[in-house]
Amino acid sequence: MTEILMRDGLVLAGILFSLGLVSLLVRRNLIFVLMSLEVMLNAAGLAFVVAGARWHQADGQVVFVFILAMAAAEVAVGLALVVQIYRRFKSLDVDALSKMRG
Amino acid sequence: MLKLLWLIVALPFASAAILMLFGPRFSRRATAAVGVGAIGLSALITILVAAGFLSAPPSDSSFTQVLWTWINVGGFDPQIGLRLDALSLVMVLVVTFVGFLIHLYSAEFMIEDEGYSRFFAYMNLFVASMITLLLADNLLLLMLGWEGVGLCSYLLIGFWYRDPANGRAARKAFIVTRVGDTAMLLGLFLLFNDLGTLEIQHLMQRASERWPLGSPYAVATALLLLGGAVGKSAQLPLQVWLPDAMAGPTPTSALIHAATMVTAGVYLIARTHVLFSLAPVAQFAVALVGAGTLLLAGFSALTQHDIKRVLAYSTVSQIGYMFLALGVGAWEAALFHFLTHAFFKALLFLGAGVIINALHDEHSIFRMGGLRKELPVAFWTFLIAGCSLAGLPFITAGFFSKDLIIWEAWSANHGHPGFWIAGVFGALLTSLYTFRLIFRVFFGPVGTPVTKRPGYAMTIPLVILAFFSIVAGYLKQPLLGFLDSVLPPTIATHTGGLTEIRCEAIVALAFVIGLYFAYLFHLGKRSLSEALVQNPVGSMLHQWWFAGWGFDWIYEKVFVEPFIWAAQINKSDFVDAFYRGVAQLTELFYRGLSRTQTGRLRWYAAGMAVGSVLFLAMVLFL
Repeated sequence: MTEILMRDGLVLAGILFSLGLVSLLVRRNLIFVLMSLEVMLNAAGLAFVVAGARWHQADGQVVFVFILAMAAAEVAVGLALVVQIYRRFKSLDVDALSKMRG
Repeated sequence: MLKLLWLIVALPFASAAILMLFGPRFSRRATAAVGVGAIGLSALITILVAAGFLSAPPSDSSFTQVLWTWINVGGFDPQIGLRLDALSLVMVLVVTFVGFLIHLYSAEFMIEDEGYSRFFAYMNLFVASMITLLLADNLLLLMLGWEGVGLCSYLLIGFWYRDPANGRAARKAFIVTRVGDTAMLLGLFLLFNDLGTLEIQHLMQRASERWPLGSPYAVATALLLLGGAVGKSAQLPLQVWLPDAMAGPTPTSALIHAATMVTAGVYLIARTHVLFSLAPVAQFAVALVGAGTLLLAGFSALTQHDIKRVLAYSTVSQIGYMFLALGVGAWEAALFHFLTHAFFKALLFLGAGVIINALHDEHSIFRMGGLRKELPVAFWTFLIAGCSLAGLPFITAGFFSKDLIIWEAWSANHGHPGFWIAGVFGALLTSLYTFRLIFRVFFGPVGTPVTKRPGYAMTIPLVILAFFSIVAGYLKQPLLGFLDSVLPPTIATHTGGLTEIRCEAIVALAFVIGLYFAYLFHLGKRSLSEALVQNPVGSMLHQWWFAGWGFDWIYEKVFVEPFIWAAQINKSDFVDAFYRGVAQLTELFYRGLSRTQTGRLRWYAAGMAVGSVLFLAMVLFL
């Protein structure tokens, strides 16, 4: 029972992570980029929770709480930056924001 | 008194340093005062020291003053130490005294030159290095002075550096003497390796204790030191640099390339005479080099047009006499000839400088003439020096010293009738080319008109040197006696049917024959000398001797051209090509990597994703 839960959970986490990564790479809007990041973080969190359930340990859920806190902080900073960028460039296209190149 | 010894070296060094640092800001008068004054003081102190040395001879007739330890590494501790004995005292006296007169002369001679202070800085540095060379108590310090005089010689030959030919002459002198220096350095390595010291006295003592007569070590080191001496003293086969060295200012030629530096080789051999006595083969080589050089250079001197080149070949030839004397074991005779030669040859060069200056840089003796009346002081002093060089019998210094060498080339235990014949024939040649010069320059119809006359600063040294060109001959007995404490006496073995008086008569006869032919060809019937040059054999010999027996040509073909050829082939140094490749590869990587820095967020994210996948794959599957 736990074996199946474990496998399904990890597969789901993998799918979510891949979706997040793909949308991070294909989306050009900064808001969507942030959202894809959120998806990837949650995929990682899901993997921790599944692993915690498999070995009956609380650690997985503790780490997930950490990830949530970090994600919240990241979104706060990220959204603040997005607002600044929009004010300055009148655009949220990440490809347009390529001034910092080697 | 003897404690002042270090000042003899220190004063010229100090004035050279002052002139190098502040010379351009000094007035000409101040420059001359510093440059000439330092050498004058040095000469005065030398005389004081000499007086102290003679009045109260130190124990074992030498005085050593150790200033400090130069290096101290693994049992090798050469010192900055000065050693005064009869040999170095005589040499230092001549160097400072003649050097002072030449400096005095240059104060006027160079007055219009823009490099006035530079000239005196180099000259003072030269005198300082030369004294270091002479007073050094170990061979390493001697080497320092040896290289120092070589450097100054280079700097002064190329003094008028705007003319590329002068620079070429300077480089030639430096490189050719460097060949000899390399041999000398190898000799020093060998000596240190086997005897464990470079301090000259210890070295000589240990060499005579450890090496048997004719041991291969003694032969090898003596030959290597001879190589150094041959380079510095412009002897066969490295004599080619000296005639070209005449590109430098005339006082330089007088001081460096006639009176002092070129006799450093003679000093070196006399200093290390123990080694040469242990190696009869090497000593024979010394005599052979001397005899060969004196003849070859004598013939070349006969054909030169340039007054300074005649004197240069004559210098080579006279140093050949000194080498001949060293080679047959007549050590003291070599030093005696050094002494007289320093006076009369410096005088000849200074006289030539007066003439060249007076005739507005005219060097060719065939465009001169009739200067007897125009430049009386130069004429009389030049005549005295010329007679001394040619060996006017029983009066001049040159006769006594040369005759002594020729006599001992016969009578000494290493002597040989062949050497004697070479010496006598060389005396004939000397007389011939000297009077050719004098008759062409001072007699006959007036050539180039005189535009400038020398002042007192130039004529006084001439007169003093002329005085010594005669009087030095009478120093023969005291000088030889004085040198007995350092140099072994000559052992006379072959007397045969020849006595010293008869030998003197023969040398005097050689002088007269030379004088007669010079008169015939260059004053009496000048058409005869032209006829001689026109004749096919004569013209061939003339060209051959004029070109210094083709040594330059051979060296050009054998060494210079292959070297330039190799340098041209390897212009893009193949070792460099490898390193240039590494640099190019790095730059390629840099360009490739900098292209990936697009500034696009998604591109970076993709890079990170692919990278982490790759790393994970490596961890999992490898």
